[in-house]
Amino acid sequence: MAQQSIAAPAGVMMAGEGDRSARARLIMGLSCVVLALAVFLSLTSGASDASAIKVVGDWLFGANRGDVVLDARDRLIVYDIRLPRVMLGMLIGAALAVSGAVMQGLFRNPLADPGLIGVSAGSSLGAVAVIVLGATLLAPLTALFGALTLPLAAFCGGLTVTLVLYGVATRHGRTSVATMLLAGIALAALAMALTGILIFMADDRQLRDLTFWSLGSLAGATWQKIGSVGPIIVAALAVTPFLARGLNALALGEATAGHLGIPVQRLKYTAIIGVSAAVGASVAVSGGIGFVGIVVPHLLRLLIGPDNRYLLPASALLGASLLLLADAVARTIVAPAELPIGIVTAISGAPFFLWILLRKRGVIDL
Amino acid sequence: MIQARNVSVDIAGKRIVAGVDFDARPGEIAAVVGPNGSGKTTFLKALSGELAYSGQVVLNGRDLREMKPVHVAVERAVLPQATVLSFPFTVREVVKLGLVGGRSGALPDEDARLPERALARVDLDGFAGRFYQELSGGEQQRVQLARVLCQVWAPVLDGKPRYLFLDEPVSSLDIKHQLIIMNIARDFARGGGGVVAILHDLNLTAMYADRIFVMHRGRLAATGSPRDVLSDDMIEKVFDCRLKVGALPAANMPFVLPQSAA
Repeated sequence: MAQQSIAAPAGVMMAGEGDRSARARLIMGLSCVVLALAVFLSLTSGASDASAIKVVGDWLFGANRGDVVLDARDRLIVYDIRLPRVMLGMLIGAALAVSGAVMQGLFRNPLADPGLIGVSAGSSLGAVAVIVLGATLLAPLTALFGALTLPLAAFCGGLTVTLVLYGVATRHGRTSVATMLLAGIALAALAMALTGILIFMADDRQLRDLTFWSLGSLAGATWQKIGSVGPIIVAALAVTPFLARGLNALALGEATAGHLGIPVQRLKYTAIIGVSAAVGASVAVSGGIGFVGIVVPHLLRLLIGPDNRYLLPASALLGASLLLLADAVARTIVAPAELPIGIVTAISGAPFFLWILLRKRGVIDL
Repeated sequence: MIQARNVSVDIAGKRIVAGVDFDARPGEIAAVVGPNGSGKTTFLKALSGELAYSGQVVLNGRDLREMKPVHVAVERAVLPQATVLSFPFTVREVVKLGLVGGRSGALPDEDARLPERALARVDLDGFAGRFYQELSGGEQQRVQLARVLCQVWAPVLDGKPRYLFLDEPVSSLDIKHQLIIMNIARDFARGGGGVVAILHDLNLTAMYADRIFVMHRGRLAATGSPRDVLSDDMIEKVFDCRLKVGALPAANMPFVLPQSAA
């Protein structure tokens, strides 16, 4: 150990035993590479033929500059269909994965996930309310907020559920996992019942929209949608690095985090509002995409440990990559038709979740 | 200096701590003793700002209520009775959390090595790479102490004394480590800091405490030096136990006191 520290170059934090920060930085670098590959794959694969690869090559490297063969159709596919879809996929993948990591830190439990504990259901309720009642009962709101009405309503729905959940499950600074999961189930059931009432009221066209929306999909990504939810998600993600140290301290309990000088109340409220905004915005445009928020942080904790300073940015990178890959599967596996992406993430994520439970059997104390 | 005046704490309508006056001075170990349920931990939680209280607590001349958590954290560190960790942190990562406020008081180039040095002080050399959850209760408690030591590494910072609040720091430890931990507390006090420790072992208390605060049913039953406070009467009244201070057991009965440590 002493020799190591002498050998370490001046100014560089030496990697002592039990210090996983060097590995974390390596994994983050690799995640960047994976994300770049996922973006490239998403832009160049799909129902359309492979000449799109030339457009991407042109765009990235200027390889085909002056080549008149590139036709307008390929450009349209890449710039107006695939590129917005890739952007949206990255935003939502990052939002869901980081939201999961933040909630797990906040609730001090690796099973806390916006989808599992009802936050997504609350967001859905808000979104469905706008879809069904947007032209009638909620018309004044729609007139006031325009394209932002849907993400805003989803945000409010998610925020309400998270606040109620935290209030119910936390007593004297301790969050009870059993209460949290059970209250989450109850709140999700309530939100789904209210959503059910709205679906009951919906007309045929709305019903079809709702069904596909609720299965989760990145289809229909437009630059306009990115314009309405992109800023919300980017703002929420931009806040999370400031939460990292506080969430680390919170792993020792709320009281101890406070003793270490962390303003715990402010941390909690910032985290809750950030998660609700990110999840609300994601649900508003893409419906229910489950398990990203639980799979990504869990995988990363196995690789780099639970330090949120690395976990949060790495979750953003890996979440974005995974969702792009899931979307690529969704687009191509039944081409030219398209599988809702929520089905892909659930089919791969649910068994993974069960595996976590099995590994933790006896460790998780309900 | 920490001055608590007429501090009371109510929990769920029940008065747990009632009108306690308390001083912790730099250079001293102040021990809080008393039977289970006498309000020791609750009082310490009020003193650390964790629980709402009535009365007044002054930390180095400033009212505790008017201080931000980040400023309080510079002047005192708290070791809870037990800490359950929710994620698989390594020992080094846990200890390093003590540096989250960034005012250890160590020289800037020392901070990077501080976790290892703190671990060495609590006799956990070489434990940095282990997982916290895999350690025994006593080892976990010493890891937490190492974390707390990192937070207030220098007993004096910016000319102000700093304080260690220790809630039963040695309850789960073997005798060797009890002595090691109490010596760390004494060194911290000798370095100009102050220590507030809740203790159950009256022999250790007599050996290390400069001043004893005896709590009984939420109130202060006695205050003073070990010599003044530890009496047959006090022990009978507070602990409801007829014991004789300083009486040796019968000649054929072995006994081991921490005071006999070489």
